[in-house]
Amino acid sequence: MQRRAAFDNLWLAGALIAPQLLLVLVFFYWPTVQALYWAFSTQPPFGGANQWVGWQNFEQIFSDSVYWNSVRVSIIFAILSTSLSIATALLMALMVDRQLAGHRVYRFIYFWPYAIAAPAVGLAFRFIFAPDAGFVSAVNQFAPNLWNPALKGWDAMILIVIANSWKMAAYNFIFFLAALQAIPRTLIEAAAMDGSGVLRRARDVQIPLLQPTLFFLLVINITESFVDSFGIVDITTGGGPARATDLMVFKIYSDGFKGLDYSMAAAQSIVLMLLVVALTFIQFRYVERRVHYA
Amino acid sequence: MIERSPLLDALTHALMIVGLIVTAFPIYVVFIASTHDLPSVNQVPMSLIPGNHLVENYAKVWSKSDFGAKMLNSLIVAVGVTVGKVILAAISAFSIVFFRYRLRMVFFWMIFITLMLPLEVRIVPTYAVAADVAEPLRWLVWLFGIELALPPVNLLNSYTGLILPLIATATGTFLYRQFFLTIPDSLVEAAKMDGAGPVRFFIEHLLPLSRNNMAALATIMFVYAWNQYLWPLLITTEQSMATATMQLQKIVPGPLFGQPPIWNEAMAATLMVMVPPLLVVIFMQHYFVRGLIASDK
Amino acid sequence: MADIEIRGITKTYGPTRVLHGVDLSIANGEFLVILGPSGCGKSTLLRMIAGLETIDGGEIAIGGTIVNRLEPRERGCAMVFQNYALYPHMTVAENIGYALKVAGRPKAERLARIGEIAKIVGLEDYLDRKPSQLSGGQRQRVAMGRAMIREPKVFLFDEPLSNLDAKLRVQMRLEIRRLHQRLGATSIFVTHDQIEAMTLADRIVVMHGGRVEQVGAPRTLYATPATRFVASFLGSPAMNLMPAEILRPGLARIAGGVDIAFDPALFAAVPGQQVELGIRPEDVELVRPGTEGAHALAVQFVEEMGASRLVHGRLGEAEFAVVQPNGRGTEGGETLAIALPPSAIHLFDIGNGRRLGLEPQRLDAVRAA
Repeated sequence: MQRRAAFDNLWLAGALIAPQLLLVLVFFYWPTVQALYWAFSTQPPFGGANQWVGWQNFEQIFSDSVYWNSVRVSIIFAILSTSLSIATALLMALMVDRQLAGHRVYRFIYFWPYAIAAPAVGLAFRFIFAPDAGFVSAVNQFAPNLWNPALKGWDAMILIVIANSWKMAAYNFIFFLAALQAIPRTLIEAAAMDGSGVLRRARDVQIPLLQPTLFFLLVINITESFVDSFGIVDITTGGGPARATDLMVFKIYSDGFKGLDYSMAAAQSIVLMLLVVALTFIQFRYVERRVHYA
Repeated sequence: MIERSPLLDALTHALMIVGLIVTAFPIYVVFIASTHDLPSVNQVPMSLIPGNHLVENYAKVWSKSDFGAKMLNSLIVAVGVTVGKVILAAISAFSIVFFRYRLRMVFFWMIFITLMLPLEVRIVPTYAVAADVAEPLRWLVWLFGIELALPPVNLLNSYTGLILPLIATATGTFLYRQFFLTIPDSLVEAAKMDGAGPVRFFIEHLLPLSRNNMAALATIMFVYAWNQYLWPLLITTEQSMATATMQLQKIVPGPLFGQPPIWNEAMAATLMVMVPPLLVVIFMQHYFVRGLIASDK
Repeated sequence: MADIEIRGITKTYGPTRVLHGVDLSIANGEFLVILGPSGCGKSTLLRMIAGLETIDGGEIAIGGTIVNRLEPRERGCAMVFQNYALYPHMTVAENIGYALKVAGRPKAERLARIGEIAKIVGLEDYLDRKPSQLSGGQRQRVAMGRAMIREPKVFLFDEPLSNLDAKLRVQMRLEIRRLHQRLGATSIFVTHDQIEAMTLADRIVVMHGGRVEQVGAPRTLYATPATRFVASFLGSPAMNLMPAEILRPGLARIAGGVDIAFDPALFAAVPGQQVELGIRPEDVELVRPGTEGAHALAVQFVEEMGASRLVHGRLGEAEFAVVQPNGRGTEGGETLAIALPPSAIHLFDIGNGRRLGLEPQRLDAVRAA
C-alpha cells in the first residue's frame, strides 16, 4: 500500500487518526487487557484489590461440567446452523442464478431476513414454535406433548438453530449469488459446449469456483454463531430448558451480569476470544491463498 | 442459452417459491399476529387471515411501554453510530493512506485487529469502562508519572454511552482504505500541482469520489446499529434511555417458562422493530449488498 | 465434418433487431470468416450456430439437420472463446479432457487423447499446470486443444486472437490456418480485424448493422467491394472515398472541379448521377509533373510507415491519401503529381451505397476475360 504521492503534514495525520485510535484503545484494548487481568485474578470476598491467582480460574472452568455443557451446546449449535444456512443459501443462489423468469423478485426478497434484528427474529420464531400458540404446536393435537421447546432441550435447540439459520441464510445468499455472478458467463457457455447440462455444470464448474466464498462463509457463520447468537438465545430460550441452549456467549453474560462473578466470566471470555482469533487467522491464511486462484 | 429442460425449470421454480415462503412466512406471521385479539392469536394454529385489532394493538404497545420514545432512542443511536462510523472511517483511512509516516501500518493493524474482538467476548470489562471511561486515561496519566486526579466519567444511561463504544470501525476503515488505494497517484499529484493541501484534497476530491462508498457503508452500519441488542441492554438501566430493539426483551416475560407472552402485542412491537432497517435495505438494496460484499474482509 | 445452411436468421433483443434475416451457406471443410465492426451482429450469429442464443426466426442446419431446437452439446460444434474461458480450477489436461469426461469416456482413452492433442498444440510439458500459470499464447492453445478433442464437425472461433499482443497474433494466425489444413473441419471465425480475415479466410462474410454486405473470396472483396461499406472497411490504409457527379460515361467530377476518368465498361452510370467515387491509396500512381492527365495533390502531412509512407493531402476539395513507395521524401506544403488509373476507380450509389452497374460475379468474368 505504498503510495508514491502523499502528504507530509504529520500533525494533521495524527489528528485525523487520533479519535479512532482513542476509541479503539479505550473500548477494545483496555477491556481486553482488563479481561486478561480478571481472568488471572480473583476479587477477595470483603473487597479490596484483586489477587493474582494464575491459572486457577481456568482450571475451575475447565473442571466444571456446566461449562463443558455450554461448549458442547455451542458446537452443536454452530454445526447445525452453519450447515443449514449454508446449504439452503447455496441452493437458492444456484436456482436464482439460472435467471429464469421472476428471478429478480426472489433475489430481492431472499436477503430481507438479514436486515432484521436478532431478538426480533428470535421473538418471531418463538411465537411460531411456541408450545401453546403459533403453528408448530399444532402437532400436539395429534400427539400430545410431541413439541415443547419449553421443556425439551432438543426442541429448544431446533428452535434457535432455525431462527439463526433463517437470518444467516439471507447473508450467505448475498455472497453466494455475488460469487456466482462473478463467474464469467463464457465459462458456463464453454462447459455447455463441452457437453455438460445444468446440474453437471453446477457440480463441475460453479461449485468448485465458489470454494473460496464457501470457506469464507463457513468461518463467518461459525464466528457469528459463537457471538451474534446472543440476541436470539436471550429472547427465546434464555439458555434453557435445563441449560440445553446455554451457549458460551450466553453463559458469559449470565455469569457476569446475573451471577456477578467477573473472574469466571472473564476467563470464559478469554477462551471465546481465542476461538474467534483462531477462526479469523484461518480466514486470513485462506484469503492469502485465494489470491493465487483468481 | 437454449437450455430446454422443462422438468428442471419447474423444479427450480418450485424451490424458489418454497424459499420465498420460508423467507416471507415469519415476517407475515408477525404482521398477522399483530392484528388479532388475544384469544384468536392464541389459537393453534393461528389464522393466517388478518384480524381487525391492528390499530388497537399498536396503540396499546405504543402507549403501554412508551414505545414511541424507544423508537426515537433507537433512531438517535442508529443515526449517531452511522454518522460517527462514516466520518471516523473516512478520516482514519485518509490518514493511513495519504500521509507518509512510519506508524501508519501499526495504526492500521491496531484498528483492523479489533475485528477479532467483538463486543460479545469483552462485555464485562467494556461495561466496566463505560461505567467509568476515565479509568484507562487515569492509568495512562499514571504511567507518565503525572499527578492528576481525573474525576470518574460515567457513560451509563446516556446517548454517548450508547453510541461511542460502537463507533470504532475496523470494517469501515478497511472499506475506505481499499477505496482510497484505487485512487491513482496522479490525482494526488494533480491536486498538489493545483496547490491543494490535504484538507482541500480530502473535501474537494476524495469525498465526492467516495459518495457511493459512503452510502454503502451508511446502509450496513444503520442496520447494524439499529439491531444492537446486547450493548443497550447492558448500559441502560433507566427506561427512558432504552432502545426499541432491547425493549423487546421487556415486552415478553422470561423466556419460554411461566406465563406466555401477550403475543399480539409482542408481535406488534416486533414488527415495529423490524420495519426501519428493512425499509433501509429495501430502498437502498444496491448499496446494502455492495457494502456487505465490499466489507468481506 | 459438415456443411452449414443458414436461412433467414433474425434476432431481436427487446425493441432492437440485431440480425435482419441472414442467409449463408458454408461448404464442408471451408474456412469462413465473418468480419464486421463491433455491434454488427457477427458474434450473435456465431453464438446462434453454437446454440448459445435462441433463434428468433429462420433456421440453421448443420450437416443437413435443422438444429434450431438442439442444445449446444447436441450440435457437434466446438468453440474457442475470446477470453479463452478456461476452467481456472482445472489443470491443462483436465481442461482439454473435460468434454470427454462429461461424455463418460473411460479414463485410459481420455488420457491417450489428451496426450495426442497436447502434442498437436505443443503443450505436452504443461499438462499439470493451471491456466493462471500460463502465458496468453499458451492459454490460447489450451482453448484450441479443448475444442479439438471432441473431433467436432464444426469449429467456431469468437475473436480468439484479440487478447493477444501483435506478434503472437500473427503466429497464432498461422497456427490456426495450419491446423485447419490438417483437420479439414468446417470453421467459422468471427473477427473485426480485416487482416485476420484476409489472411485466414477461404471466404469472407462482411456484416454491417445486422445484414450481410458481401460474401466472397478475400481477393474479390478487396478488388470489387459490393458496397461502400465493404470498400471502406477492407484494406489499410482505407480507400479514398468522395462524392462525385457523373459528367458523361467514363468521366466524373469531384468537389473542387477535378475531373476523374473511370472505365465505362465496368460501371453503368448516367450523366448527372450523384455517386461516391473511390480509389485505394495504393492504386494511385505518382507521375512526373506535367504528365498528361495528371492531378495535383496538395500535400498536408506525411505518415512514415517504414516500407512506404502515406501522404495525406487534398485533391480538389476532398481529403485524399496516397501510398508513396520509398524513395524521395515528400513534405507538407509540396504538391505531388498523381495519376488515377481508370480501372482502379470504384463507383457507389450515393443513396444506398451499392456498387454501380455490374454485379461482382459478372465483374469477375469481365476481369478474367
